[in-house]
Amino acid sequence: MTDVPAPPPATGPGRPSPWQFATVTDLWHETPRAKTFRLALERPTPFLAGQHFIVRLTAPDGYRAQRSYSVATAPGDDSRIDLTVELLKGGEVSGYLHDVVVPGDTLEVRGPIGGWFVWRGDTPALLVGGGSGLVPLMSMLRLARATGRSDLVRLAVSVRSPDDLYYRDELPGPEVTVAYSREAPPGADRAAARLMAADLEWMLVEGATCYVCGSAGFAEAASRLLVGLGVPVPDIRVERFGPSG
Amino acid sequence: MGRGSTRGFFGRRRQPESGRLPPGQYDAGREWPVLSAEVTPGLDTATWTFTVDGLVDRPVTWTWDEIHALPPSAYNGDIHCVTTWSKLDMRFDGVSVDTLLAAAGPRPEAAFVMARSHTGYTTNLPLADVTGGKAWVVWDVDGGPLPAEHGGPARLLVPHLYFWKSAKWVSGIELRDHDSPGFWERNGYHDRGDPWLEQRYQGD
Repeated sequence: MTDVPAPPPATGPGRPSPWQFATVTDLWHETPRAKTFRLALERPTPFLAGQHFIVRLTAPDGYRAQRSYSVATAPGDDSRIDLTVELLKGGEVSGYLHDVVVPGDTLEVRGPIGGWFVWRGDTPALLVGGGSGLVPLMSMLRLARATGRSDLVRLAVSVRSPDDLYYRDELPGPEVTVAYSREAPPGADRAAARLMAADLEWMLVEGATCYVCGSAGFAEAASRLLVGLGVPVPDIRVERFGPSG
Repeated sequence: MGRGSTRGFFGRRRQPESGRLPPGQYDAGREWPVLSAEVTPGLDTATWTFTVDGLVDRPVTWTWDEIHALPPSAYNGDIHCVTTWSKLDMRFDGVSVDTLLAAAGPRPEAAFVMARSHTGYTTNLPLADVTGGKAWVVWDVDGGPLPAEHGGPARLLVPHLYFWKSAKWVSGIELRDHDSPGFWERNGYHDRGDPWLEQRYQGD
């Protein structure tokens, strides 16, 4: 009764770890509105590229707020994760993380979460991200580079302006293209414009899995472009970042 | 520092509706986030069908027109997503799953259902969670057609469980005598997903 074949059975890890405390060992700005938090985990916790962790905050009266953040670092070191967090307007958790947290603080975390939007590092992968949607794709790119398998990965990222690009010193490489939607850097050979089919055509590889991540609007537009270029729908995995503060 | 609370965190102003919010949830207000894991399909109601099969006396398939001819049923209330947003006071219109099951005649040994979507998405539920006026197949939300990104033309609605159980683009439910995990349940999420018990992940 399905119009398209079912997705292949996912083989993700069964369950996330219980809550644990992690120590913030370092933090820095990626862009004016995004910070990366380096966390030392209390218990070694293996994860896959593309997965996320939950951060839970507890107020003195017991009130709690929790949000999911994708891991930016590559798997390999089970005792350390980097979470890159975009500051959202009125964001209860992102606002706290940006404005209050300093190195030495502890945060309650749980993970890894999500067994679908993951790349294990041994199959062709096309990564398409919008804005903060780059974070889980960066974990995949870092894994590919760390294991000498950059040949398996191609990444296209769309951001509004050069100021909005995460990991800008580390990102460039022959397997990466950046499309600026509002303001291109001086001398760019592509004028500022929304992501187009022409931005993705170069990366197509038959049989590759596509990983699309960004806002719901971006994810919808990017996945339509891929379908328009002939990518089979079941080969496209989508992670939509909600406005979760 | 103590481990009872997070240093310097006080949280946003407590919401007046907070008694209606399950633990760890917040009121998304007018926002309705879209969080599906696949490409939004463009389904044609001219060829759309919904099927009840598995452990039933008579497997039944309805077309779009046929399912609309069944007695209507509405849900007025709240929905809760595992990603921690809730949306209050929504209205959905469609047909009760009880009506659909009555037509097919569940066999006594049926105890679980696997809901499936036109995209291949699946989610598992105890039969008791979709009977007794607790579940619907819906095509209108807040007075208008359900948008495709929210599961239109029709989705399952099981509002007392986390919203991934309310399969978007639903194509049918299969009755079974055993439970087996669906899409998110294979990927770390809970088999039942009761928001009031915070059954978010496997092991909760």
